[in-house]
Amino acid sequence: MQLSVWTYEGPPHVGAMRVVTAMRGVHYVLHAPQGDTYADLLFTMIERRRERPPVTYTTFQARDLGGDTAGLFKTAATEAYERFKPELLVVGASCTAELIQDDPGGLGKTLGLPVPVVPLELSAYQHKENWGAGETFYRLVRACVPPPASPPARAGPRRRCNVLGPTALGFRHRDDVKELEGLLARLQVTVNVMAPLGASPRDLARLGDADFNVVLYPEIAAPAATWLAKAFGQVNVTTVPIGVGATQDFIREVAALAEVDPSPLLGQGQSRLPWYSSSIDSTYLTGKRVFVFGDGTHALAAARVAVEELGFTLVGLGTYSREQARAVRSAAERYGVPALVTEDHLEVEELMTKLQPELVLGTQMERHIAKRLGVPCAVISAPVHVQDFPARYSPQVGFEGANVLFDTWVHPLMMGLEEHLLHMFRDDFEFQDSPSHLGAAPPAKAAPLPAAPLPAAPLPAKADSPHDLWSDEARSELQKIPFFVRGRARRNTEQFAKDRGLHHITLETLYDAKAHFQR
Amino acid sequence: MTAVPKLQVLHERGQHEVFCGLTGIMWLHRKIQDAFFLIVGSRTCAHLMQSAAGVMIFAEPRFATAILEEKDLAGLSDANEELDKAAARLLARRPDIKLLFLVGSCPSEVIKLDLSRAALRLSAAHAPNVKVLSYSGSGIETTFTQGEDNCLAALVPELPAEEPGASRSLLVVGTLPDIVEDQLQRTFEALGIAATFFPPRRSRALPPVGPHTRVLLAQPYLAETARRLEERGAQRLKAPFPLGVEGTTQWFAAAASEFGVTHEKLAAVVTPLAERARIALEPSRQRLSGKRVFFFPDSQLEVPLARFLSRELGMHLVEVGTPFLHQELLSAELELLPGVSLSEGQDVERQLGRCRAAKPDLVVCGMGLCNPLEVEGFTTKWSIELVFSPVQGFEQAGDLAALFARPLARRALLQVNACS
Ligand code: SF4
Ligand code: SF4
Repeated sequence: MQLSVWTYEGPPHVGAMRVVTAMRGVHYVLHAPQGDTYADLLFTMIERRRERPPVTYTTFQARDLGGDTAGLFKTAATEAYERFKPELLVVGASCTAELIQDDPGGLGKTLGLPVPVVPLELSAYQHKENWGAGETFYRLVRACVPPPASPPARAGPRRRCNVLGPTALGFRHRDDVKELEGLLARLQVTVNVMAPLGASPRDLARLGDADFNVVLYPEIAAPAATWLAKAFGQVNVTTVPIGVGATQDFIREVAALAEVDPSPLLGQGQSRLPWYSSSIDSTYLTGKRVFVFGDGTHALAAARVAVEELGFTLVGLGTYSREQARAVRSAAERYGVPALVTEDHLEVEELMTKLQPELVLGTQMERHIAKRLGVPCAVISAPVHVQDFPARYSPQVGFEGANVLFDTWVHPLMMGLEEHLLHMFRDDFEFQDSPSHLGAAPPAKAAPLPAAPLPAAPLPAKADSPHDLWSDEARSELQKIPFFVRGRARRNTEQFAKDRGLHHITLETLYDAKAHFQR
Repeated sequence: MTAVPKLQVLHERGQHEVFCGLTGIMWLHRKIQDAFFLIVGSRTCAHLMQSAAGVMIFAEPRFATAILEEKDLAGLSDANEELDKAAARLLARRPDIKLLFLVGSCPSEVIKLDLSRAALRLSAAHAPNVKVLSYSGSGIETTFTQGEDNCLAALVPELPAEEPGASRSLLVVGTLPDIVEDQLQRTFEALGIAATFFPPRRSRALPPVGPHTRVLLAQPYLAETARRLEERGAQRLKAPFPLGVEGTTQWFAAAASEFGVTHEKLAAVVTPLAERARIALEPSRQRLSGKRVFFFPDSQLEVPLARFLSRELGMHLVEVGTPFLHQELLSAELELLPGVSLSEGQDVERQLGRCRAAKPDLVVCGMGLCNPLEVEGFTTKWSIELVFSPVQGFEQAGDLAALFARPLARRALLQVNACS
């Protein structure tokens, strides 16, 4: 029994829904109680899809349990087929229906429907959303793709690929695939099938025609891609092109397969990130302490971009994807930071509080934690919320994706020039303790730098330290430190004093501590 | 008074597109400030809570899910042990908690994990600091607001008995936002009626109940709670629900007549409030009058809301769907409701068919259905807001009307639409 408040992943049948909702011509009959229909709103409200997901729920009740829940399932499946006329029916059980053991797969076969019926066994008490998506996609591929007697012989350039992994409700999948298609086209590679997003069962049947697969989101695509590679002798490109460096690696890898010259795409000017990051305003990004947490793919990518392309200092790296625990752990080791593999957001909060990052790159969970801690945050991974499905085009992959990363990660921070000005003017009586581009309109009083209602770190009040730890002089000096570093300055100084058994923090202690922590 | 015409109700038994009773925890945990709700369920239950709530502003809200895992299913004794451990950990972390609810889910009920026994066991273990109770919020037993009904019903046996010789007292039953509760309380005070509210804000402040208790329901979905209160001798007052000016007026009038408040006094207190509320209704009335509305089943508030929309705002009712129709609790409402096509239960595909055929001006439905209907050209109001927002009483009548008027006003404003 695992105690949980907020979860990073839903149950595995939600993963299955993400796959079938992304596709065309597929319907999912889910043996489940009525409350499980909440999952529809993930797609219609959060992602703002225009149609309901293609899912029929049996919504059995307690009074059906003694009776014929299997009959209920058969009726629901038959009616769903009649109403929606899908090319393929997926059947399965939610966590509750798993316990009543009606065997939707077996029942589905007895219905005599004129279309394939694909059963899913998702083991809801063991697995989670991404696993469920991966398993569903794999089952669909196996059901639709006739395996060849032996892998076809391949010679010459490989210029036809599948793009595997994008689903409904995926973080920026919608825009990523567009960006990726553009990139592939420039490498003279055509997309044979993109799946699950936008694919029909008939499209899946053609997956074997490709020369290689782009495994865009390994969490979802890996099981299917592994089988395809083996059955059809396809190559799997597993570099996820997020960030300039990874995109260049991806280009080299694909260009080698396609036997084309990658150099036009590796030259200058493909992305603005390298120049923006080199320009002097960005000097102030140097060494910003960054904490990264997300699904495996996005966390790994973010860590690389943060360190190699923005010059941040990575202070912690973590994921909730158990499947990618090893990759994340070894990356953390390479960066020399603690790795955290957990599904418990309280553990994440604890580590974040301890590490005192200046920027958090995480999921909506970390956004909330960061808000409470008063630390800027940008979202890099699912789980996400309605504002993470922006109206504008904002991919994460490819060169445009790198531009998006630069903007969305740097915006929550202080602009360099502004940070500089804040330091210059902090003694001005009109000084307002917040940056101008973050937050709302100023209060009545006009000020050169309007105040934003940001949670500034509280000053040590006299009342909260019985021994009056801070001298008046030190306290007022602390107040002059910009709000975004004040919390850290305070904690560091108090730690410094504690370590040395000092019962009183003077102006000297404050600057001793500053010097100490600057080493 | 005319006899209730025999109701024509369409009973449906197909796919229900409604939340389960767990969702009630969203407002219950805000109301009872020292109570904690521990769902014994699956990852689905936890995910429902987080998705339906939408807001994850609380780092540690006063609810959580003990997620059953493979090994818990293997042996029930282990599941009980695990549950005890989870509860102990949680209570150690939250010493402010005085009341712990173990909330049953579909999985816990299907494997027959006996939460009432677990509650007794845990109560003994954590007495006197914490009381532990249990109720079902599962989707196989409860629909949305029925979760609150079960929760309050589980609390009824805990209510102290009335003092012998107690004078007549009024108990207002059903969770209301604090601001609404305070307003209603002020009106009762002005009427000279001593009213207490249930559930209380602090779990130890339980109101007494007995033969001198008169119960006035503030929510229409509390059938089981009402039954248990009646078992303890309380008498339920027949009244419509305090939604809209008319409903609120009659709701107070029912209490006033029971407590011997004169007509003059009632009028003196209520009329100015009602008048002010009517003014607040007016802008929405202009927008809504003559428009046709269709309700999908959701919270059991549908009948009182339909009564308000039709009688005070001049809307035409196309279909009023509700998950359950408790004719007894709703008798005062049904007397006011004009002939209307009511449906109980749901077959969502068929109901969508009826809705499309009827082409109403406004559809009131759950969040899963709204946007797809908007794409089809319908104007919708998401029903959960009617449960989460303060809508009862005179001061909120205008806000309630505005909730329905806003989608239409918006549609009239926009020069772009879902199809462009
Ligand atoms: S319907 Fe049942 S399984 Fe689903 S969320 Fe509600 S209690 Fe949990
Ligand atoms: S990001 Fe905002 S809208 Fe989304 S869950 Fe958090 S509070 Fe709610």
